[in-house]
Amino acid sequence: MRYAMAIDTKKCVGCSDCVVACQVENNVPIGHCRDWVVEATSGTYPDLSLEIRSERCNHCTNAPCVRCCPTEASHIVDGGIVVVDHNECIGCKACIESCPYDARFIHPKGSVDKCTFCIHRVEKGENPACVSVCPTKCMYFGDTDDPNSEISKLLKKRKWKTLIPEAGTKPNIYYLT
Amino acid sequence: MSKSLNRRDFIKISSLGLGGLAVANPIFDWLGGSMNSGESLQETIKRIPTYCEVCFWKCAGWTHLNEKGDIWKLTGNDNDPHCNGRLCPRGTGGVGMYYDEDRLKTPLMRTVINGKQTYREASWDEAFDFIARKMKKIADEHGPECIALFSHGSGGKHFGRMLKAFGSSNITAPSYAQCRGPREVGFFATFGEGIGSPERVDIRDTDCLVLIGSHIGENMHNGQVQEMSDAIDKDATIITVDPRFSTAASKSKHWLPIKPATDMALLLSWIHVIINNEWYDKKYIDKYAFGLDELKEHVKSYTPEWAYGITTIKPNVIRKTAKEMANAAPSVIIHPGRHVTWYGDDTQRLRAVAILNALLGSWGRRGGFYNPEKKKVAKLDIPKFPKPSKTWRDAFPDQYKLAGLALASGICDATIPAADRDCSFKAWIVNGTNLISTLPNQANTIEAIQNLDLMVVIDTMPMEITGYADVVLPECTYLERYDNLRISGHREPTIALRAPAAEPKYNSKSAWWIAKELADRLGLNDYFPFETEDQELDWQLKKVGSSLEEMKKIGLKKFERKYDDLYPLEGLPEYEFNTNTGKIELYSTAMEDEGYDPLPKFTAHEEPPTDFYRLIYGRAPMHTFSRTANNPNLTDLMDENKVWVNPKVAKEWGLINNQEVWLENQDGVVTSFPIKVRVTERIRWDSVYMIHGFGHTDKRLSRAYGKGASDAELITQTKIDPVMGGTGMRVNFVTFLTEEPTKGAA
Repeated sequence: MRYAMAIDTKKCVGCSDCVVACQVENNVPIGHCRDWVVEATSGTYPDLSLEIRSERCNHCTNAPCVRCCPTEASHIVDGGIVVVDHNECIGCKACIESCPYDARFIHPKGSVDKCTFCIHRVEKGENPACVSVCPTKCMYFGDTDDPNSEISKLLKKRKWKTLIPEAGTKPNIYYLT
Repeated sequence: MSKSLNRRDFIKISSLGLGGLAVANPIFDWLGGSMNSGESLQETIKRIPTYCEVCFWKCAGWTHLNEKGDIWKLTGNDNDPHCNGRLCPRGTGGVGMYYDEDRLKTPLMRTVINGKQTYREASWDEAFDFIARKMKKIADEHGPECIALFSHGSGGKHFGRMLKAFGSSNITAPSYAQCRGPREVGFFATFGEGIGSPERVDIRDTDCLVLIGSHIGENMHNGQVQEMSDAIDKDATIITVDPRFSTAASKSKHWLPIKPATDMALLLSWIHVIINNEWYDKKYIDKYAFGLDELKEHVKSYTPEWAYGITTIKPNVIRKTAKEMANAAPSVIIHPGRHVTWYGDDTQRLRAVAILNALLGSWGRRGGFYNPEKKKVAKLDIPKFPKPSKTWRDAFPDQYKLAGLALASGICDATIPAADRDCSFKAWIVNGTNLISTLPNQANTIEAIQNLDLMVVIDTMPMEITGYADVVLPECTYLERYDNLRISGHREPTIALRAPAAEPKYNSKSAWWIAKELADRLGLNDYFPFETEDQELDWQLKKVGSSLEEMKKIGLKKFERKYDDLYPLEGLPEYEFNTNTGKIELYSTAMEDEGYDPLPKFTAHEEPPTDFYRLIYGRAPMHTFSRTANNPNLTDLMDENKVWVNPKVAKEWGLINNQEVWLENQDGVVTSFPIKVRVTERIRWDSVYMIHGFGHTDKRLSRAYGKGASDAELITQTKIDPVMGGTGMRVNFVTFLTEEPTKGAA
């Protein structure tokens, strides 16, 4: 079982619904976010292209945040989801430094916070809040170990990339291009 | 009647120490472990149906209550064709509207203390008695027709009922003359039907979608954004015409970076190419259309080469894109857009859009324009409304003859007394629309307000317009009230219920209750025969075979279509259009009869002077006009606008990213606040772009005050559409001030 997300950059309009849905679902305090939207423009007028990406923790298979955590607060659970046990977290920020995706932040309460793939929803068989709300249906969540899952099929059919693959983290967020 | 010049000083309520400090807000709370492994999270204990009021797409959804019984989150109703279970960012962030601690909290009345105008808190009774007394006096002296209602949103229905019962039909919304009016008139003149909302465009099933200045994706009308995504999935061709590389442009096979204000030339040239190459749908046109010969003759000279010189779009691109449309026809949509009041010849431009659709045979066909159906719901059993002896139209004899609805800008103008006009408005009731930001030419709006005997503003937030009121009434948000059923036309007819998920916060009340209480004091109780809103809804629901009880469980009810005519022109059946000729009028006899051009013509529009740039404004997906600018969840996504500047222009002016500048328009009007520069290739060098709805000047809006700049301040010029009175607003030009202008300087 390997949970992953594929995000279709051809459909994403960067509306940030994923951001606000996550914030409300997970009580992320105003001023912080577990996911965010990046817009990258290239070219010169009028030969332009624009890539819009909804970004978050990559739930890396080779997660530097987990390796560097001195208290094992950052750990990997079933399905490969990287989570933080905030009772164990001492707020040392080593994981924040180690994350190439800048996916973690210090919650005002003191411990580190980040995307959980909405594990509480996934356990109930629901999609993460961001995926379930997305108006363009550009986000797909599923098990890449299952060749028959929608996400596996998409990754077979479509071109995709991951972010900063050279970091060797084996990220589990795929961008369909 | 004596009247001091500044009887309506703008009152800053922040100085009054009204209301409380920020109230504890569950969404700001740390709930002791919402974050990661093994922690407790909020759970939905109960959900109550609603439909969204953050914009006017009105998606049906659910308000979720958590264990504490507090409003937690909002989700879409899976069965709703407006949203298909997915709310947009604004709808998802609608909780912020409820929790916003800057909300209006209690009725306020204008008073003078020590020679200074201010507001004092008032009871509802006192406020109602004052308003009713004033309304009766105005009716006695000038007639009830001199009272106008400006509204945008659900409350308008209730206040409209009250005002119609009182004897005035002057009920208006800026969504007509400041937004989509020209397209309704342009399409009506052609097909005998308008477009409506949600737009009847079959984007889901189209093979080719053409967007002209329409920025779906940034304009977040939910169902349309969803369907555009479906169309992308199906490899539909998207063609976008925009001086800005919009999000939609970035999804397009063809982006035509047109010179602003020249769209008509492109449209006429496309028509020319399609007719001259005989790429139009001959059978469809032969059977249904009137005036092909006249049109053919009319567009003879509008060649792609002619259009190139005007639009800067190369002739081969014009031909190629015309061919793409023809190849896809009839599964093609030249999208009519929504906010189309640009240059004053907007009805004519939308006529050209309608004609192009007609030539391609897309009206009434799959992948083009479908025929929406609405559920008929019984009207309330109330007395007939009295017939007003005059309307806003009397102020504009022989003008705007095809206006289908009242003009907000027209009523505003007709409030300023003029020698040649006997009908001047004496009272405004304003609900849910911040006219200071909504109407063009703020100075004119404020002058009109100074001439009123009564101004009542009903809102949830202390928007700028509330500062000009005699009485401010706090209405509760949509999450705290019932409203009329949402009865919408779509592929399938649906009705949706809005029910309260919480008691109204503070001393706010529902719009229905406010309207009913006012009606009671005006002796119009017969028009509100039910004691409460839920009784009224239950009566109505039982007439359509449902009930309030059932609707509270399902939120939305779908009905079978009564007629099997979703695509009425598939197979080319006999069909009579609601036009003078009974045909699709390529040549409009209705326009001709009223003295307007029966065929759309190209008119050159004014160009920016040296060192000035055309001001183009638009929408961000997480905001609705200026009404969301203080929403805690949505300002967290975007709390200010920026002015988009092409790198060449930035270089010329020495501007860098995030540098603060003030914008000054052609009339010397400067923005109240600075705006940050966004240097980007995504905008043409002859234009600048900014998101509408920022730069709030009212300090009571603690998150929105002074954030970004207001495009509305800069829109001092308009070009009025002679056909229907729309206010073309893309006719303003701005330049940059890199130093803060001294107060009082132009």
